[in-house]
Amino acid sequence: MRAYIIRRITLIVPTLLFVTIIVFLTVRFVPGSLIDLMASQAVGESEVTPEEIADQIRHDLGLDQPVWKQYMRWLGAWQQEDGTYSGILQGNLGKSLWSQRPILDEIVGKIPISIELGIIAITTALLIAFPIGIYSAIRQDTAGDYIGRSIAIFCMAVPGFWLATIIIVFPAVWWGWTPPMSYVPIVENFGENIKQFIIPALLMGMIMSGVTMRMTRTMMLEVLRQDYVRTAWSKGLRERVVVVRHALKNAMIPVITVIGLQLPVVIGGTVIMEQIFNLPGMGRLMIDALARRDYTIISGINIMMASVILLGNLLTDLTYAWLDPRVQYR
Amino acid sequence: MAEGTTGIYAGAIAERKKRSFLGDLFIRLIREKPLGTVGAVIVLILLLVGIFAHWIAPYGYNETWVGGRLEASSWEHWMGTDQSGRDLISRITYGAQISMYVGLGVSALSTIISALIGLVSGYLGGKVDIIIQRFVDAWMCFPGIFIMITLMALVGPGITQVIIVLGLLYGITGSRTVRGAVIGIRENVYIEAARSIGCPTGSLIIRHILPNIMAPLIIVFTSRMGAAILAEASISFLGYGIPEPFPSWGGMLNRGRPYMLEAMQLAVWPGLCLSIVVWGINMFGDALRDLLDPRLRGGLGRYSGVQRKLPKQRRRGSTPVQEN
Repeated sequence: MRAYIIRRITLIVPTLLFVTIIVFLTVRFVPGSLIDLMASQAVGESEVTPEEIADQIRHDLGLDQPVWKQYMRWLGAWQQEDGTYSGILQGNLGKSLWSQRPILDEIVGKIPISIELGIIAITTALLIAFPIGIYSAIRQDTAGDYIGRSIAIFCMAVPGFWLATIIIVFPAVWWGWTPPMSYVPIVENFGENIKQFIIPALLMGMIMSGVTMRMTRTMMLEVLRQDYVRTAWSKGLRERVVVVRHALKNAMIPVITVIGLQLPVVIGGTVIMEQIFNLPGMGRLMIDALARRDYTIISGINIMMASVILLGNLLTDLTYAWLDPRVQYR
Repeated sequence: MAEGTTGIYAGAIAERKKRSFLGDLFIRLIREKPLGTVGAVIVLILLLVGIFAHWIAPYGYNETWVGGRLEASSWEHWMGTDQSGRDLISRITYGAQISMYVGLGVSALSTIISALIGLVSGYLGGKVDIIIQRFVDAWMCFPGIFIMITLMALVGPGITQVIIVLGLLYGITGSRTVRGAVIGIRENVYIEAARSIGCPTGSLIIRHILPNIMAPLIIVFTSRMGAAILAEASISFLGYGIPEPFPSWGGMLNRGRPYMLEAMQLAVWPGLCLSIVVWGINMFGDALRDLLDPRLRGGLGRYSGVQRKLPKQRRRGSTPVQEN
């Protein structure tokens, strides 16, 4: 087990390295027009030409250095102009191109909002997925099973942003009711805050539950065929005991993996829901940064998200290995 | 005489062989997978509407109807008109064409990329495999929509750009499936045999491995199509996909948002069409996957605990399931 954990953690290092390379190269494609735009906005206060300002901006951003040097500096493995090391390895994501504030400061305030949305969404998804998935499996090929499977399929096919649009439009037209749209921090007014989060989170949960529901059903069916379940039946145990004690416990192990793998879906879903329901979280920050072409913030958010998901995958794998003693620690 | 008989048999076998793959697949789809058949019909309708959009749509997708903004449905405009006074059903029809282009384009591109990466990584193995797989790991770390809108913001809006970005993303992710299949085949004796007679790596991959991973490739192709159409709608909804005046369904939902309280048809039709198409493709893809690769099938299990279910299960069990 120890060797497995160490091996699994060392595998993260090259992956993270590739993540930084991908993000860095993406940011390197900052279109030249952006620099010209910044230069033309800065000109006018002084008599220098836009070209000189553009050169100055390039120099400030370190764009006049060779690519490998820029990357190493950005990573924090090479000295900056002033001889210090300051990059991602030191926890410095850089500054916003427009506001000049450190990116970490911009991001920190937005994280709780996205996390709150994500947690309610995952909880909802599990509350929908488990009962329906289990019922579908133990009553395979009955009307209930078909209804359950249809719900799962429906959840996977209907786009979240359309459901959200419908929920905003129809109650407004029919009853003159709209979901609350102004953000209230949870520490100020708990009730108002939940009222605003609950609809987007429920929608996200519903959309996400489809995959988990199908996985739960498949795994339950798989386990219910096993010899030990037959033994449990032949001992004369009641159905509830067989299903909950013998089958469910074993079926849950692979399902946990699927929940872990849905982390990117949760994070992606927050972008659209925050946009529609006016929640100032990470997704909104990302959209705003894209609109302003604030490439340093964009790369900061992407690095952060990728690290979170990498960590999530690691935890999922370790949980899996811990729960299922049959996993080979190779 | 004996030779003649053999000839007849050989002919019969050859003929059976000829129609076996696609024909059998088609018959089994209809017989065993009713929902998959419905999905196939929806896919077919999407393709037909997409190909013949020019003839089906009563008006052009950017043809303004003077004086008729946000009109309700009428004989002239079956679904009404949109915020700029354009006929909605025409825009929905051309939207099907865009979805078709995106779905097919992304699936084709991503399947090619998946096949290339998966074949190289899976067949060569060793250090090359380790490096390529860490790269794939890194790509899979980015939450879909974040990396999609980032790349779209860099390359700019447009249908070709959408296809390239989505094709690249799905292609890299999908290479895992292909790699797994290649590794499974690599150890077979016939590969060993081909290698031992000096078959060069390139032709070995093309002649001996590629035909054997057709099933996973088809699965990658169909499973990407629904996801691609949905992803295009999402990024167009966020304003980074296909620009106005092109009638992408996601973009229509985005542009129409300020006017939906006055004209609800703007909220209903694009989303409904999108949902039906994605549902149909998913159903068809699932059915195809079950038919092509029985090992990947979910829910083979039988729950013999409930006695009253037994007769029905016997009937299901007696259906011949062909294993290729």
